[in-house]
Amino acid sequence: MEHIIETNNLSIAFGGHVAVDSLSVKIPKNKFTSVIGPNGAGKTTFFNLLSGQLRPTNGEIFYKGENITKKSSTERTRMGIGRSFQITNVFPNLTVLENVRLAVQSNEKIRYQMMFHFKKYKKFEEKAMELLELVLLETKADSVAINLAHGEKRKLEIAMLLALETDLLLLDEPTAGMSLEEVPAILEVIKKIKEKGDRTIVLIEHKMDMILDLSDQVMVLFNGQLLAQDSPSEIMENKTVQSAYLGGLHDENSA
Amino acid sequence: MRQLGKVQISTWVYLLFGCLLAVVPFVYDNLSMLFLIIQIFIFGIFAMSYDLLLGYTGIVSFGHAMFFGVGAYGVSIVLERNEPTLFFLILGILVALGAAAIISFIAGVLTLRLKSHFYAMLTLALAGLFLVAAEKMRSLTGGSDGLIFTIPDFFKDRTNMYLLALISLVVIFFSLRRLTNSPLGRVLVAIRENEQRTMSLGYKIFPYKVIISVISGVVAAFGGVLYALSIRFIDTTVFAVDVTLDALLMTIIGGVGTLIGPIIGAGLIEYAHHFLSELSDVHWIFERWIILFGIVYILVVIFFPMGIAGSIKNMYMKRKHKKEAKVQQKDNQIAS
Ligand SMILES: Nc1ncnc2c1ncn2[C@@H]1O[C@H](COP(=O)(O)OP(=O)(O)OP(=O)(O)O)[C@@H](O)[C@H]1O
Ligand SMILES: [Mg+2]
Repeated sequence: MEHIIETNNLSIAFGGHVAVDSLSVKIPKNKFTSVIGPNGAGKTTFFNLLSGQLRPTNGEIFYKGENITKKSSTERTRMGIGRSFQITNVFPNLTVLENVRLAVQSNEKIRYQMMFHFKKYKKFEEKAMELLELVLLETKADSVAINLAHGEKRKLEIAMLLALETDLLLLDEPTAGMSLEEVPAILEVIKKIKEKGDRTIVLIEHKMDMILDLSDQVMVLFNGQLLAQDSPSEIMENKTVQSAYLGGLHDENSA
Repeated sequence: MRQLGKVQISTWVYLLFGCLLAVVPFVYDNLSMLFLIIQIFIFGIFAMSYDLLLGYTGIVSFGHAMFFGVGAYGVSIVLERNEPTLFFLILGILVALGAAAIISFIAGVLTLRLKSHFYAMLTLALAGLFLVAAEKMRSLTGGSDGLIFTIPDFFKDRTNMYLLALISLVVIFFSLRRLTNSPLGRVLVAIRENEQRTMSLGYKIFPYKVIISVISGVVAAFGGVLYALSIRFIDTTVFAVDVTLDALLMTIIGGVGTLIGPIIGAGLIEYAHHFLSELSDVHWIFERWIILFGIVYILVVIFFPMGIAGSIKNMYMKRKHKKEAKVQQKDNQIAS
């Protein structure tokens, strides 16, 4: 199987605390991988290492066969690694539409144009608007991002990520904080991307019953280490995983 | 955005204001008043250049006076050493702007990769260095005595000088408005809002900061050029910290992150300078205008953090939103 991104002995320590510990994983291309694990397991930190927000203290990362360990987050985005943030990370005083439009503009590589009005690039705004419709945020297009409710900010994050059209999508708890009625629509968006089959999705989620049927494989992180990596059904059967993390949840589901 | 033809309404309003101002010297020829308005135009240009850094990109500079001074000295030295012809005037302007471009480029490349206070500190130190250099290099700058020079006759006429400053202000205003509304300008604002996120969208932020630092430095230097031409005398005070503080005050009082704000701020501060120095006979406190401005500054930051232009813009937006909300309510009622 072809792998889009691999890590080799990847570690990072904050002070004395090892948040990600000698992680060697391979993410299969164009598949859907879920990452689960209890709070503080190091899931977000793992994403931060993959997307370049953090530098590892040890180990390497290979993307499409190339060693990207020393590349900046800007370069990684341009290579095709896109992510959404668990703690919302948008442009607070800009409108929702402008937040997404900036992502579209970057994807269209219009970076240093200073002679024309930005409205000249009408298709950027149209594209941004389409994305907002996709994540059910079109009515908020003119609101300032800081005024959005938490769930709405999550949707904005997703729209900005989708605008980048990256080969690899790293989604950090995309539905956290959304109202229950909104979750299915967002899952539908993710499902559609998966069904197209030309992009790789890695998704962090606590509510694992929600993503189990979407996942081709599941990675379990525990104390910064890889506890298991397997198909969803195997993970559910896995004794170590059950005792370390899933025990209660699994019982609940089967009950 | 409301439009008339293909041009925004605000553009017509600004142009109308520009035309009205152009008539002023022909109907009202109080020389000292004209001089004051010229200073407002010049500091409007200077404050706009400051706001490109502070308000649009979020870069703090403590030594912006350096570019103003380099512009002023550049043109002055060339004119003082040569015949006051149009050729040497243009040469002087080019020297001034070129020097500012080089200095701002170097200062930017050295510090804009680092945490933001490095740029603030380096510009502060450089401005101090230029002040000392201007005092010491007497043969070139005349030291603390300053330089007196002549300019082409055409600009000795107050009205012509006034029109030069006004046209410069208008042209620079519209150019910077286009710049800040360009795709590049939008990225600058994104950098101000959230550097990390701008990077993770795939933008390299360092080149943007250097570009805007150079543009800002060159525009500031042009302000300095006009300043020197309008006074025909120059001394080391153009490098003083006060000059930077003025730009900061004008920008904050007028409204950060707008272009019209710094111009309004320049009008207020320059007028206040003028007014207060007349009052200095009444009480010494008025000579210490910086104390008064300090108080005004604190009050503005507390009560109008967005400045005059920002507050007006906000009020307008709120009203627009209320209207929209009402329309939506009606729609909902009809729907239900
Ligand atoms: N920048 C940082 N500095 C210091 N410690 C950090 C930093 N980022 C994360 N940590 C620590 O690393 C550990 C792993 O955190 P991380 O956010 O990756 O967990 P997580 O699996 O995403 O948890 P959650 O499910 O709550 O989101 C935690 O103990 C956290 O306190
Ligand atoms: Mg997390």
